[in-house]
Amino acid sequence: MKTKSTKSAKPARPKAQPPTGAKVAKQAKSDSIILRLYVAGQTPRSILALANLKKICEEHLAGRYKIQVIDLLEDPKLARGDQILAIPTLVRELPVPVRKIIGDLSNTERVLIGLDLLPRK
Amino acid sequence: MAKARTQLPKAPTGIQGLDEITGGGFPKGRPTLICGGPGCGKTLLAMEFLVRGATEYGEPGVFMAFEEAAKDLTQNVASLGFDLKDLVARKKMVLDFVYLEPGEMEETGDYDLDGLFIRLGQAIDSIGAKRVVLDTIETLFTSLPNSHILRAELRRLFRWLKDRGVTAIITGERGEGTLTRQGLEEYVSDCVILLDHRVNDQLSSRRLRVVKYRGSTHGTNEYPFLIDEDGISVLPVTSLGLQQIASSKRIPTGVARLDSMLGGAGYFRGSSVLVSGTAGTGKSSLAAHFADAACRRGERVTYFAFEESPSQIMRNMRSIGIDLDQWVQKGLLQFQANRPSSAGLEMHLTMIHKAIKSFKPQVVIVDPLTSFVAGGTETEVKTIVVRLVDLLKMNHCTSLFTSLTLSGGLLEQTQIAIASLIDTWILLREIEVGGERNRGMYILKSRGMAHSNQIREFLLTDHGVELRDVYVGPSGVLTGSARLVQEAQEQAGRAVRNQEVERRGIELERKRTTLEAQVVALRAEFAVQEIASKVIIGQEQAEEAQLVQERVDMGLSRKADTTPNKKNGNSK
Repeated sequence: MKTKSTKSAKPARPKAQPPTGAKVAKQAKSDSIILRLYVAGQTPRSILALANLKKICEEHLAGRYKIQVIDLLEDPKLARGDQILAIPTLVRELPVPVRKIIGDLSNTERVLIGLDLLPRK
Repeated sequence: MAKARTQLPKAPTGIQGLDEITGGGFPKGRPTLICGGPGCGKTLLAMEFLVRGATEYGEPGVFMAFEEAAKDLTQNVASLGFDLKDLVARKKMVLDFVYLEPGEMEETGDYDLDGLFIRLGQAIDSIGAKRVVLDTIETLFTSLPNSHILRAELRRLFRWLKDRGVTAIITGERGEGTLTRQGLEEYVSDCVILLDHRVNDQLSSRRLRVVKYRGSTHGTNEYPFLIDEDGISVLPVTSLGLQQIASSKRIPTGVARLDSMLGGAGYFRGSSVLVSGTAGTGKSSLAAHFADAACRRGERVTYFAFEESPSQIMRNMRSIGIDLDQWVQKGLLQFQANRPSSAGLEMHLTMIHKAIKSFKPQVVIVDPLTSFVAGGTETEVKTIVVRLVDLLKMNHCTSLFTSLTLSGGLLEQTQIAIASLIDTWILLREIEVGGERNRGMYILKSRGMAHSNQIREFLLTDHGVELRDVYVGPSGVLTGSARLVQEAQEQAGRAVRNQEVERRGIELERKRTTLEAQVVALRAEFAVQEIASKVIIGQEQAEEAQLVQERVDMGLSRKADTTPNKKNGNSK
């Protein structure tokens, strides 16, 4: 899982991930939450999603998270391998169980519910 | 006719019958919707479209499954003879299983289905696919929230598929009152096929209907179809009509004397023959004769048996001296034995259609038609038989149906439903006279030929059906021992007559001899008399001459007048 994630994160980095993301990833600890955001090119929606994600993470998971952004346009095979249909999709790789949430992450409450950071109603 | 006009380019499905109904296949480069209830064969139809495309038309395909895992799918269709593993290995096909999380995913804002697009695009590009199947894309609605977005995205997907020029099949589960649960038919408007699986009287039948086909003519009926070990076959019933060319060639019935009853030459080729009769009147035997004769000529025969197993038929026919085994072994005779209750009427029809298409027989026997159509209402039966007869005629098969009539009823009445469809109708009946049951046969009708009007008795001997000579007694045709008695009587009478004739001949001869003898005798007598008369005449003439001479001599001596008479008078 881990090797895969590092591999897959690489091609995405130059375009979709600004330097801050890399810094954040470095800060992550071993018990951290690993999040992967799947996008398809630099669309306004994916930019918005990433911005939303960072904001939420800084507010609720400061120092405990790691974000990888994967651009499916650059590695289309991953759409099949990781079973991605909707864009943007946020996958919580760790801790298990894997959680998937879709959308541009503008609804913070739902994002938190989806990441098990808030109890479900 | 459809081909003559410029029509939509079509992607042939390769599925038996479906191409005929759709006029060549599904619209090329456009999406087609296949909908129907669960278990009606949507996935299979879509899969066969891909497999045929990949193997027969050189069009690789992508199968995107939203419901079944790729492995299950491979196993499921392997039973139909499709080797998906091999196709995938040869890069003719991509199987992609889209795993959907159980339950709805948390939606946190706007999204689109670019992931699916990219994934599909990748699959299409990897093998240069021309055909795509999205098997029940509607399941997306159960796991992705916000159906507004989904609808818009699906619309975009179908447009995208069109732009890419792939021929796509989208399957959809039938909803209540709509063709699909999510109303996909609104988006996929080029071609919609509806599949149906119905159960009537515990017999299932599958049907297919082309609901719409934009820009193309198509059959509009419900067509029965069949799923068996060779995949799907659809029975294209509307292509049938009264367009058959009637052959004037004749083929023997296998019973020489029956041929002579039918104007001396047997049935017309391509005609339909009904042999009806009560139980045990020899219907199957007559059918077997016909089959045997056809095989003997080197023709192919398909024998649809609905009551007996092939081996039973062959055993029974051996007892009347017909060896059908040899023809089966030579591949000229094919048995198709099915219980009538094994499927609905249309399924049987489809099976018959398939068997005829693959075996291409010249002669078809359906034994018995009555049990084949048992269970249906009269209208149903009639429709089916019309289709069956048309189907056989279209394929230029000479067909012989046997039909069981219940004893007691009117022989002609029971088959009223099918009588008008039949060209030659031979009625077999029992004739019960003098404490015996004997078999009689007559030709009720035979279109287009002068046929015998006699009721003929026939026997089932160890060398087959044998028609006997006709003996008509005071109370009709004589059969069985009555016929034998009559035969003996006639023989005795004939002997007496022969003697009489002989006797008269002899007498005549005798008379002639006598008469001739008399004539000879008379002639001889006459000859004798003639000679005698001539002698007398000669003598008398000589005497006369002498008398005259004497008189002259005397006158000379008396120096009398030269005229004796004057001299005589003078002297007086």
